[in-house]
Amino acid sequence: MSTIPADLRYAASHEWARLEADGSVTVGISDHAQEALGDVVFIELPEIGKSLVAGQEAGVVESVKAASDIYAPIAGEVIAINEGLADSPESVNSDPYGSWFFKLKPADASELDGLLDAAAYKAVADADA
Amino acid sequence: MGQRTPLYDLHLALGAKMVDFGGWDMPLHYGSQVEEHHQVRRDCGVFDVSHMCVIDVAGSQAKAYLQHLLANDVEHLQLPGKALYSGMLNQQGGVVDDLIVYLTGCSAQEPGYRLVVNAATRAKDLAWMREQSADFAVELHERSELAMLAIQGPQARAKTAELVTQARAALIHELKPFQGLAEGDWFIARTGYTGEDGLEIMLPADQAVAFLNDLVGAGISPIGLGARDTLRLEAGMNLYGQDMDDSVSPLAANMAWSIAWAPASRRFVGRAALEAQQAAGSQPKLVGLVLEERGVLRAHQVVRVAGVGDGEITSGSFSPSLGKSIALARVPAQTGERAEVEIRGKWYPVRVVKPSFVRHGKALI
Repeated sequence: MSTIPADLRYAASHEWARLEADGSVTVGISDHAQEALGDVVFIELPEIGKSLVAGQEAGVVESVKAASDIYAPIAGEVIAINEGLADSPESVNSDPYGSWFFKLKPADASELDGLLDAAAYKAVADADA
Repeated sequence: MGQRTPLYDLHLALGAKMVDFGGWDMPLHYGSQVEEHHQVRRDCGVFDVSHMCVIDVAGSQAKAYLQHLLANDVEHLQLPGKALYSGMLNQQGGVVDDLIVYLTGCSAQEPGYRLVVNAATRAKDLAWMREQSADFAVELHERSELAMLAIQGPQARAKTAELVTQARAALIHELKPFQGLAEGDWFIARTGYTGEDGLEIMLPADQAVAFLNDLVGAGISPIGLGARDTLRLEAGMNLYGQDMDDSVSPLAANMAWSIAWAPASRRFVGRAALEAQQAAGSQPKLVGLVLEERGVLRAHQVVRVAGVGDGEITSGSFSPSLGKSIALARVPAQTGERAEVEIRGKWYPVRVVKPSFVRHGKALI
């Protein structure tokens, strides 16, 4: 049974997004996603400064089993990436909601309202299982 | 729903994530396939391999039959229980399957053999073996009533010996590498698919649950197919259907060592085709690749060898023991020490090595 925190927003492609106090949006992958991927061994992150549109490829997660694209849940400019993931990609498995991938300066923060809430994402994850 | 081994319910109770493998519902992992991999290299672990197909060959012409059927020569099996690896080829020299054959019969007049073939190729193999047996006085017995557990790793034999009868423990200590012998209704072999020391034990299916419970209870971790794949890849062992199949020559699959050419009078199935391939010098080769940069090599990625030509990765993954990605790849025979692999539109340099990366816990590259 995977964890789906109620205070986050989710994309159907299994990213989570959190609006921070400073107006930035932090992005990672869900517990359901890490469980489906299995042991994560390598993560390719976007370049800082890159502008992404919603749904655009933002990086790649490689597990022992497979490679999987990650997408920008909303539009924005990449203002930070989690460099720590290069040395400990397995933290995505042990702590998917602490192991963020990148932060966006959103083009329009109200786009977050268009993402799934925890209940809606649970339905997506259940259908996927 | 796929076919289930006698251990299916126990896998679920042990927390396995199940996956379809050649029509069988098998454990992929019980939590972390990387942890399971390390467990086998450093200590030991147990795999359910009951899906594999065991076929006994009996009859006065069993030896002559297998000398016809297999590219390797069972004449090499002199010691009781001795095993060898062989390809079973079609007339075009393609690999119908790869298998292990044990000498099980004790009488020189009427030897017996046990073959272990792949699960996904069971029906095809049996049909082919029956077709090829037409001119021989042999009987083929599929032993589907047997379960099979592989206990692999440096501590596998010592830990297993503590859990079985005295006679079986004595046998476990005495077995030579690549030898398997019966003890009561168990067949215990010192073989495997991980590059580590260990055992493969065939036993009546109704004893399998109790034995796996004993093993797990003694602290021997259950290991899924995920780790089985990374262990065999590090050991440079082929996976049928991925690294070779009916259309691939053993010469192009790093199996040349398992072809017994002498005596020239032994006209095994596929020999003429292999001789023609050798004369033409037309076959590519199966090599190992090592990616020094971050990233993961995967099956079907394109390999480019400057000034020589293209090839393809047949198996690729992350190597938990080496901490980097490795692969098996079929490339032109002239390939040297360097190549490039295309990963998501970008070309990455790779080192070309002998296709054997880790053995007995030690890196070979």
